Amino acid sequence: MKAIREAGLTLAPISAALITTAMLFAAFVASQGYPAFEALFMVGKGAFGSFFAWQNTLSRAAPLMLTALCVALPARAGLVIIGGEGALALGGLAAAMVPVALNGLPVIVVQTGMALAGFAVGGGWIALSGWLRYRRGINETISSLLLAYIGAAIFNFLVEGVLRDPASLNKPSTPPIGDLYGIGAIPGMDVHWGLVWGIVVCIVAWWLMRHTVFGFAVSMVGGNPRAAQMTGIPVGKLMLASCFLGGGAAGLAGMLEVAAVHGCANADLMAGYGYAGILVSFAARHHPLGIIAGALLVGGIGASGSLLQRHLDLPDAAALVLQGMLFISLLAFETLNRKGAQRV
Amino acid sequence: MSDASGGIAIGSLLLALLGGAMRASTPFLFVSLGECITEKSGRINLGLEGTLVFGAMSGYGVSYLTGSPWLGVLAAGGCGMLLGLMHGLLCSLPKVNDIAVGIAMMLLGTGLAFFLGKPLIQPEATLLPSLNFGDWSSNPQIKTALQINALLPIGLLLAFALRWSFAHTRWGLALRLVGDNAAAARALGYPVIPVRIAATVAGGFLAGIGGAFLSLYYPGSWNEGLSSGQGLMAVALVIFARWDPVRCAQAALLFGAAGALGPALQSQGVTSGYYLFNAVPYALTLILMAMSWTPGKTLSGAPGELSLTNR
Repeated sequence: MKAIREAGLTLAPISAALITTAMLFAAFVASQGYPAFEALFMVGKGAFGSFFAWQNTLSRAAPLMLTALCVALPARAGLVIIGGEGALALGGLAAAMVPVALNGLPVIVVQTGMALAGFAVGGGWIALSGWLRYRRGINETISSLLLAYIGAAIFNFLVEGVLRDPASLNKPSTPPIGDLYGIGAIPGMDVHWGLVWGIVVCIVAWWLMRHTVFGFAVSMVGGNPRAAQMTGIPVGKLMLASCFLGGGAAGLAGMLEVAAVHGCANADLMAGYGYAGILVSFAARHHPLGIIAGALLVGGIGASGSLLQRHLDLPDAAALVLQGMLFISLLAFETLNRKGAQRV
Repeated sequence: MSDASGGIAIGSLLLALLGGAMRASTPFLFVSLGECITEKSGRINLGLEGTLVFGAMSGYGVSYLTGSPWLGVLAAGGCGMLLGLMHGLLCSLPKVNDIAVGIAMMLLGTGLAFFLGKPLIQPEATLLPSLNFGDWSSNPQIKTALQINALLPIGLLLAFALRWSFAHTRWGLALRLVGDNAAAARALGYPVIPVRIAATVAGGFLAGIGGAFLSLYYPGSWNEGLSSGQGLMAVALVIFARWDPVRCAQAALLFGAAGALGPALQSQGVTSGYYLFNAVPYALTLILMAMSWTPGKTLSGAPGELSLTNR
């Protein structure tokens, strides 16, 4: 009974936010001279209305789960990180270079190497924000976004410079990783195995944060850093660790996009999953299992964008507007959440 | 003036940086002054990046429809006020975090601007006029460097006016009191929440004007790649400037110059590190922010209620 009540208290503000978002979007679309109800119908249809729509949504949800962890894990330590896009790009780039370096070795070795490289580089990139926050007092929200821009510049510099495959003429790319080392589709679907990776990593993150001493210590840092310091908890190290794990997840998202979708690293990698992951994590209130559902929701909005564009001639930014309205509504209805204090 | 023997002409590089400071600093200036007002009241609005983009779109649209760029600037400011009002009201709800709302406003402002600005990518609007202070020189590079847009002197005057009002006017003192100690302000009878909302609205107005500069002067057109983090850098710049409007203006000029480094070097044949030079302003922001803080100390001049610094 208590569990049902708890779930209801958690889900009520989210449901209210979803309904408000739908009404806001309908009103906005109608004010611009487009049919409102058809637009809402198309969002539902394009996201979850058919097997094809589901496949599209699930493919988008896979990287979103991982980039959302890049927000959720540091948030447990009280940090608001919004630069996952940089970790995704650099992690993907590092992963794309592994098959070039280890060409000829067994698939399992190369794929493990790719995952480790993506995780380490992405993690290191976000850990930099955590370090700047703890050692130099720089607000991590601002520094992580600035680092995302710097990361994109480094990515372009390398991909159009030393790491460029001379054969990629029109679109500068790294050398192809080859079909052998790529990640394939789940049998019977058009969705790659990255979806399973994403779900597994979310479950592991939930276990880590909920059932280990490490997770408890991190949430103490997030709850009251000064009290944590008094009890002898290494605040700085835990901030760094949570940033590293979060950035690692985003780097893994980059690795999956390279291995399962693009087959190499190029500008297509920076498709905005890092930024959309922020919304996913806030929608899930930074709960690793809630992120799985949040990724389906935001992935669905992204998937419906092309249907809105094709059938109703809405600009492609419609999906962005819908995401923005959802974000605002979710935050506004947070005020109805009775338990707990203000949170990030 | 020029010394071409070393490959790079230092003189003309410096001129290009001066030109950059004169040309590209205005959006930094207006956004940072706006954010300075908001942060003085104890709140941070990270959504000014979205306000900047929306201001650029609305300013361009109104200038195109009416033929008057100054009406465009006003409209951009008005739209910025609306976005600021939204941020201010949302943050006044209990348990709603100002940083999170800022991130959401960044997304919403950009999304709305792209949606509504779709038909504005093609047409050409009337742009803002420029003042030529370089007519005395025959050197074309000096002429371009000293070609100043009318918004820059307005912004610089505003910076001095703001510094003076923060210290000497009734509303300036009230604003600072609300930002430094909400309990004390309440005890003295100042309405804390309305002052903060007003400060966010004022900040949005200035940020919207900064956006109008982007579309109506330099680069001087509307497209979706118009701003790449200038709004956010301006927010960071306020911290570096220690919440002093005049130092905000100095930092804005520095950032304008830093942004001109990449294109200036490229025009002199240095092309290999093009992307890295474009990252200079972002790196500069980080370095300056790191330098302005000493471990274990609160930043001098920081508003006491600001969630940015007192955690």
